[in-house]
Amino acid sequence: MQAINAIFNKEFKSYFYSPTAYIILALFTALSGVFFYLTVSGFVQASFMDQMRAAQYRMAPQTLNVNLMVIRPYFYNLALITLFILPTITMRLFADEKRTGTVELLYTSPITPLQIITGKFLAGLMFYVVLLIPTMFFQALLFLYGAPEVWPVLSGYLGLFLMGAAYISMGLFISTTTENQMIAAIGGFGLSLLLWVVGWGAQFAGPVLGDILNYISIINHFEDFAQGVIDTSHVAYYILFVSLGIYFSLKTVESVKWRA
Amino acid sequence: MIHVEGLTRFYGEKRAISDITFHVNKGEILGLLGPNAAGKTTTMRILTCYMPPTSGKAVIGGYDIFEQSMDVRRITGYLPENPPLYTEFTVWDYLDFVARIKGMPADRRKKDIDSVIEKTSIGDVRHRIIAKLSKGYKQRVGLAQSLLNNPQIVILDEPTVGLDPKQIIEIRELIKNLRGEHTVILSSHILPEIEQTCERVVIINQGRVVAEDTPENLTARLSGGERILLTVAGDELKWRQAAEKVEGIRQIEIVPAGEGLLNIKVESAGDVRRELARLTVRQNMDLLELRKETFTLEDIFLHLITKEEAA
Repeated sequence: MQAINAIFNKEFKSYFYSPTAYIILALFTALSGVFFYLTVSGFVQASFMDQMRAAQYRMAPQTLNVNLMVIRPYFYNLALITLFILPTITMRLFADEKRTGTVELLYTSPITPLQIITGKFLAGLMFYVVLLIPTMFFQALLFLYGAPEVWPVLSGYLGLFLMGAAYISMGLFISTTTENQMIAAIGGFGLSLLLWVVGWGAQFAGPVLGDILNYISIINHFEDFAQGVIDTSHVAYYILFVSLGIYFSLKTVESVKWRA
Repeated sequence: MIHVEGLTRFYGEKRAISDITFHVNKGEILGLLGPNAAGKTTTMRILTCYMPPTSGKAVIGGYDIFEQSMDVRRITGYLPENPPLYTEFTVWDYLDFVARIKGMPADRRKKDIDSVIEKTSIGDVRHRIIAKLSKGYKQRVGLAQSLLNNPQIVILDEPTVGLDPKQIIEIRELIKNLRGEHTVILSSHILPEIEQTCERVVIINQGRVVAEDTPENLTARLSGGERILLTVAGDELKWRQAAEKVEGIRQIEIVPAGEGLLNIKVESAGDVRRELARLTVRQNMDLLELRKETFTLEDIFLHLITKEEAA
């Protein structure tokens, strides 16, 4: 536990020792802010139009659903930004240690590869949680001026957290395969995108293959969370995904040690 | 303390080291000497459990590197050729991290970090960021890291490479001070370094051990004779004829140096300096210089390696 903790602390601190962390934070906050503004503007316009219409026809105005019209699309937007941002969080985790030779220190210390990987994974996940905090402030504004349901917000964040964990475990794995951060980032991004769009192919595939593609697709499992439904099968999918990512990372670390 | 037997390691088809065997006694400093790509780093990486050997066996401090790898790591400090530094950290934070992954309990960490900082004299930079330090300081921080948790065994891969002469002397002194307290393996391709710091030398060439002995014994074993250098003003033929009569002379090599001067190299069984001086004067020639040359590790090294390549 002390070993995992040491790796975690070191990794998490390293994020803030370089300018990249601040650039990622700024970029993510700005992007999620812009998306939030656009979604809310759309909603305000719609409700304004609705009131106009109601006044014209002398009817009571409809109550528009904030959850449906703002929160749900906003979570989709966040999921999309996450896809682009997370590879930049995971790219350095192993690639940089391999480039600078610090792996020699890690691999000859009395700690196991699983402890190293777990520590790094948790540090990436923690940084991701830090990224999400500003978006919570945005959503808090909705509660200040409206009355959205709270459950879909919580389940949405759970979904984002799980999906992010899946991306991070995958990015971590890719980072173990190279000593070039650029390759790790591009590989991570490419694979993330592939896992996102693979579900689109489902409609053109046969019934069995279609089901498989739909199951693999990382975003399909996110939809229910964004709608306020926590389905254990989706939770299980992400947990399985994370376990696989960590398992593959472990295998590459061990095999690289074997061949190096 | 360290027993290495028949270590062999392949990288794919290529054999990096083959059948490396040597022993190191407790408290001893062993030098691993060899040209670049001889297999020094590979040997050290195997001993530090960075990677396993293809075949062979090594026992360190009573622990098998294969079966009890975690125990081996716990009692071993390692400085790779490129010091493994997190350059964005301060010296203190870095050492604290290393102490943690070495599994040191909190109450011992601070004291031990202070002690290695003092040993390696990096106290004045302890709160500086490593990236901003000079090469010599970085090397010392790397050395400090390897000494954390008071390891019984310290393995240093080319610890003085890339340093300036003053820094080299400092690091060398530091390593000498480890004697007795720690068992040290040190690799280098620089001979005087090994000669000055190590009690025993293992010479590796092309992945094989070609010699193992003390620096003094190695010198004695190879030389078995003297080499005398002279500078004489006079006639080449006359000097040679006179010198050939001296007992014990094996070989005379004369190179005219211009202006009537001769550079002469004589190899003989015993010390014939007196005879040579006398005969030069008796021939009415001027003796400008006469000295005995001792074989250096460099000669031994080249000798062993060329012998190996010829075989």
